[in-house]
Amino acid sequence: MGNRRKIAAIAAAVGSVILAAGCGSSSSGSSSSSGTDFSKVASAAKGGGMAALVKAAKAEGQLNVITLPSNWANYGNIMKDFTAKYGIKITDANPEGSSQDEVNAMEQEKGQSRAPDVLDMGTSFAIEAQTKGLLAPYEVSTWSDIPASSKSAQGDWYADYGGYVAIGYDPSKVQVAPTSFKSLLNPAYKHQVAINNNPTEAAAAFDAVWAAALANGGSFSNIAPGVTFFKKLHAEGNFVPVAAGPTTVENGSTPIVVWWDYLLASEVQSAVKGFKIVIPSDSSFAAYYDQAISATAPHPAAARLWEEYLYSTTGQNLWLQGEARPIELSTLVANGTVDKAAFAALPPAPSATLTFPSQAQSTTAENVVTQQWASVVG
Amino acid sequence: MAETTAPAAAPGTPAVPGARPGSAPAAILRSLRRVAGIIPFTVYMALGLLIPTVAVAVKAFQNSATGSFTLSNVKAASSGIYFEGFKTDILLSIASAIVPGLIGFMVAYAIFTARRGSLLRQVSITLSGVFANFGGVPLAFLFIATLGSTGIVTGWLTDLGFNLYDHGFTLFTALGVFLVYMYFQIPLMVLIILPALEGLRPAWREAAENMGARSWQYWRFVGIPVLLPSFLGCVLLLFGASFSAYATAEAMTNGTIALTPIQIGTFLNGNVIAGQENVGNALALGMVVIIGVIMIAYTLLQRRAARWLR
Repeated sequence: MGNRRKIAAIAAAVGSVILAAGCGSSSSGSSSSSGTDFSKVASAAKGGGMAALVKAAKAEGQLNVITLPSNWANYGNIMKDFTAKYGIKITDANPEGSSQDEVNAMEQEKGQSRAPDVLDMGTSFAIEAQTKGLLAPYEVSTWSDIPASSKSAQGDWYADYGGYVAIGYDPSKVQVAPTSFKSLLNPAYKHQVAINNNPTEAAAAFDAVWAAALANGGSFSNIAPGVTFFKKLHAEGNFVPVAAGPTTVENGSTPIVVWWDYLLASEVQSAVKGFKIVIPSDSSFAAYYDQAISATAPHPAAARLWEEYLYSTTGQNLWLQGEARPIELSTLVANGTVDKAAFAALPPAPSATLTFPSQAQSTTAENVVTQQWASVVG
Repeated sequence: MAETTAPAAAPGTPAVPGARPGSAPAAILRSLRRVAGIIPFTVYMALGLLIPTVAVAVKAFQNSATGSFTLSNVKAASSGIYFEGFKTDILLSIASAIVPGLIGFMVAYAIFTARRGSLLRQVSITLSGVFANFGGVPLAFLFIATLGSTGIVTGWLTDLGFNLYDHGFTLFTALGVFLVYMYFQIPLMVLIILPALEGLRPAWREAAENMGARSWQYWRFVGIPVLLPSFLGCVLLLFGASFSAYATAEAMTNGTIALTPIQIGTFLNGNVIAGQENVGNALALGMVVIIGVIMIAYTLLQRRAARWLR
């Protein structure tokens, strides 16, 4: 252990020397034939500029991503466009996997050529990975456009896209349009309201409980009213505890689904004609996923180019076309570079400034939901 | 096989006093040859069962982040909602082992005693094989679409004037999960108990009847004692199948019922709880211990039940 740490320290020292030397010229590097060792490069400028990064990434020719479903936030098109633009092949491991799977893959596949290069994970997992030293700090060129509350100060991870907890409903089965969490208690919605998954396992479902808490006297420090709300919803006979998705909406088991607005759009609205999405008036709960680069990425330059691409106007607008809200959306709007049609298609968002729970608040909330959720039906 | 092992074992003793060079390797080779047959299985068991079990047991006592020794995972796994999880899981598994066990047994016996039933037997074995392996999310969806609140059968019954859900029924409780498990547990029981029934010779029943035994006496003194060991074995298998079932219950209840396999899932592939994987390992260790205890109880019971056979 001590030895390994020492080696890591030496490697870091060597890395920073190379970094310092690599600034400006790319001929002095000793680690590889292309010059710069991109696994330690913390911004495009430090790696010799965008042109050098593109060249090195093209030379690698391969990018390993993980747990990116193609119908999630437009990732299918994003990957296709990236490959077309740079000629870099993308392998998407375990598309239906979770954030925990990403952490596991980094630890278990370390040193293998199939290990993940870049990650897209929930914030608590990004922080866990950072603590374990699994991430390589990197600042994209638009770093300053990412709000400070949505990124690690060290550059280990940075918010990418997100959305609001929203209520989706099929108007052909739901006569009265729901507008808020409180409205879901309407007796007309008997056996109609569902969430997408188990809140002790799926982040979206967990955040649905948290959003319900905000609507019912709870706060970032107090998620319990959210669990109580679902208990009440169940007592009213409105809550259907199945894992909701396009199929359960189509067959009428769950005409009302509380989920992320962008997933309701990409997964349900695309399958159910006329499906409507509304952000509840009594709760605006937004959450973002985070990007990160693996410290042991087998294709370090391609990984960094991928991040530059995602945080370019093109990448940000592609997420927007998947009805997700890219983190630099306000900059895009201010600069007039936003895809106006895609922006107009989003359900109107509350104007209040976004706030996010702290890590400590998240941990507390996780423990409360884990302990209490099973009492909802019981 | 017999030809190669017999001479290898016989000259083993006279070889010792000679102590020729090379005899030690030869002896090793010989003993290796003797166990060669079980090496693939041993390797398979070690890789597939032993090493993972040891890893789970070790990790259950390690801090998830630092790897240092701790009892906190085991403590967490045996209290609060995780204790509830074990309780519900065990109760659900007992119910969905015994009830389908009895029903499956009766079905199998009916098939077994059917006159000119060889075609029926073939068909039911094949069908049971199919049904017993139908599970997971598709099975949950099948039941949601038939007996869910807007399911087809629920709709028919409502049209007939009887709304299941107005009378307190709901598919999304432990009772619902139990119902769904019956779908694959009964065919599984039929599949595994049929071969045991073959051991029940019709001649015994005839003999008993000739000596004036009534039906219940035949079962009390012949049928049940003969079948009990295999029946218990089959029920245990059903218990294990239900105890570790995951996807069906998960898709049907979204974690509103505390079940240990689902709770382990939240640690291993979740998006919510970060950095507590080893509580999941402690839960898995708990399952191993429970199955271990049941296996021991079963072995003792089996020995008692099969005593007369020896």
